[in-house]
Amino acid sequence: MSNENATEAGKAYWKANLALIRNSLIIWALSSFGMGILFRPLLSGIKVGGTDLGFWFAQQGSILVFLVLIFFYAWRMNKLDRQFGVEE
Amino acid sequence: MDQTTLNYIVVGLSFALYFGIAIWARAGSTGEFYAAGRGVPPVMNGMATAADWMSAASFISMAGLIAFTGYDNSTFLMGWTGGYVLLAMLLAPYLRKFGKYTVPEFIGDRFYSQTARIVAVICLIVASITYVIGQMTGVGVTFARFLEVDVTTGLLIGSTVVFFYAVLGGMKGITYTQVAQYVVLITAYTIPAIFISLALTGNAIPSLGLFSEHTASGQPLLAKLDQIVTDLGFASYTGHHSNTLNMVLFTMSLMIGTAGLPHVIIRFFTVPKVADARWSAGWALVFIALLYLTAPAVGAMARLNIMDTIQTGEVGSPEGNLAYENRPQWFKNWELTGLLSFEDKNGDGRIQFYNDKNADFAAKAQEFGWNGNELNVNRDILVLANPEIAQLPGWVIALVAAGGLAAALSTAAGLLLAISSAISHDLIKSVFNPGISEKGELLAARLAMTGAIIVATWLGLNPPGFAAQTVALAFGLAAASIFPALMMGIFSKRVNSTGAIFGMLTGLILTVGYVFTYLGMFFIPGTNLLPNTPDAWLFGISPASFGTIGAIFNFAVAYLVSMQTAEPPQEIQDLVESVRIPRGAGAAVDH
Repeated sequence: MSNENATEAGKAYWKANLALIRNSLIIWALSSFGMGILFRPLLSGIKVGGTDLGFWFAQQGSILVFLVLIFFYAWRMNKLDRQFGVEE
Repeated sequence: MDQTTLNYIVVGLSFALYFGIAIWARAGSTGEFYAAGRGVPPVMNGMATAADWMSAASFISMAGLIAFTGYDNSTFLMGWTGGYVLLAMLLAPYLRKFGKYTVPEFIGDRFYSQTARIVAVICLIVASITYVIGQMTGVGVTFARFLEVDVTTGLLIGSTVVFFYAVLGGMKGITYTQVAQYVVLITAYTIPAIFISLALTGNAIPSLGLFSEHTASGQPLLAKLDQIVTDLGFASYTGHHSNTLNMVLFTMSLMIGTAGLPHVIIRFFTVPKVADARWSAGWALVFIALLYLTAPAVGAMARLNIMDTIQTGEVGSPEGNLAYENRPQWFKNWELTGLLSFEDKNGDGRIQFYNDKNADFAAKAQEFGWNGNELNVNRDILVLANPEIAQLPGWVIALVAAGGLAAALSTAAGLLLAISSAISHDLIKSVFNPGISEKGELLAARLAMTGAIIVATWLGLNPPGFAAQTVALAFGLAAASIFPALMMGIFSKRVNSTGAIFGMLTGLILTVGYVFTYLGMFFIPGTNLLPNTPDAWLFGISPASFGTIGAIFNFAVAYLVSMQTAEPPQEIQDLVESVRIPRGAGAAVDH
């Protein structure tokens, strides 16, 4: 692969990474600040074990979403590394 | 066998294990001392990171923070876990690729400036020292309660143990000890929680029990808890009572502060590859979540248990409150420590535990013949007292003592390593004596570690009165100065040394200034310019939440100043390119 091609691939790889981070952080913010705090009044109709969905997100749901996000990101990035030929 | 002997045996066994690991995992080179030779498997590093991160505050205080406030303190749960998403995506893999030993080293190299490196060292040392004080006092309290020695002796024993494995083994010794400490602390945390959940809800998984039915009343547990606390004039448990803006900013400060804490970041330097750093952040959160999903259940159930213990009958009926002479054994044990106290204000020999600051409830209280709240419960005793309240066997109590010590010692060791490597690597090797040999630097690192332990022990013995408040400063500094500098260093090629230095200083000065305005200059009581009350806070933003604002200013100033000044030299832009791509991390290890 020529140097120029390598740079092009590097740029595309970084762009794909940025898009993945952006999408992940949108979900990260929605599950914590959104569902757990700001939208809680809107969700108060959905009952979960003696309280509402917002309370569940604030105390458990957001943490579970964070876990899924990190593993998904690691899996996708490791795949992208190989796809763009930049893995170790 | 009496309880104290049992405590000695279990704590002694856990210490023997740490000593054994220290002898096995000695460090022979600076690479091993600073980064465990970069040979730690991702799952194991995740476990070590969990122990490194979960401090005495997580183990001892967090359930109590949630128990006595309820929903509003969910901020701690979201904030202290959400930071790992940022670490995994924005910092850890790239810093691992960079392949050096300390956080200030990245800042110094990326912004090609010794000044930037020294500003980062100062932020690191202030944040880590303030943090370590809390761990040391945690060690002292646990020893005093469970091993019946005075706080000084307890602290000296704890410091000796840390000294042994941290000075001998550096990061290598600390890593494997932290893995063992994680196992001890999570077992100690989970077992009492399972028994309490079984007793109250019949569900063996506490985080499911939290949303299940309370067996005794047939109501959902949280509904029952809401009812009990509001009947006594307290704010409802599940309700939202605090300022929403402040809640959002506080959660964000904890998140970016977590991601910016150097002792957490350096753990990701120990894995072999960039891909491992990503997985490792996920594993760290798995092990942290095991405790963080249990903590809110422990909090709610412990609160319910305490309320039920004191308010035995109907609120307001003459026989409705526990008679002081009938108080349970755990009550007596904790009275001795002064962390639980009773004052019979209305002279009826019974304990009234209610919210006497609630004006609406005052008339009712008067009608009942209550003369003010009579019980003071320190929120830190909840987790430690849990096994006694649930009447669990003695070995569980002993395990909780060992778990509290494991949580405090593992975090202290990680902080001490961050401090000592900043001194030996960023100051001695980089600024004062660049010609120092590998052997000389290793000796310097060990001496710096010894010095850091002595300072931390001294601070633990003579805790400044402001110890509790300084945590706000530690997170504020990490959030407002370190996190933005690292992130811009990776995600922008345009931010230059002038921009980064001005940005860090702006974040630092604004945050420290805001904290000191409300908590006093250097936390000296009486020197605060404004009272530390929600009414006096700017837009209702508490000093602890200000890290987010400091970070925003840091980003803005760094960007604006960089735009007005020359772009970074080509080799720096190439450096940024190279940290963004995993390939070639092996080569970057060698100095």
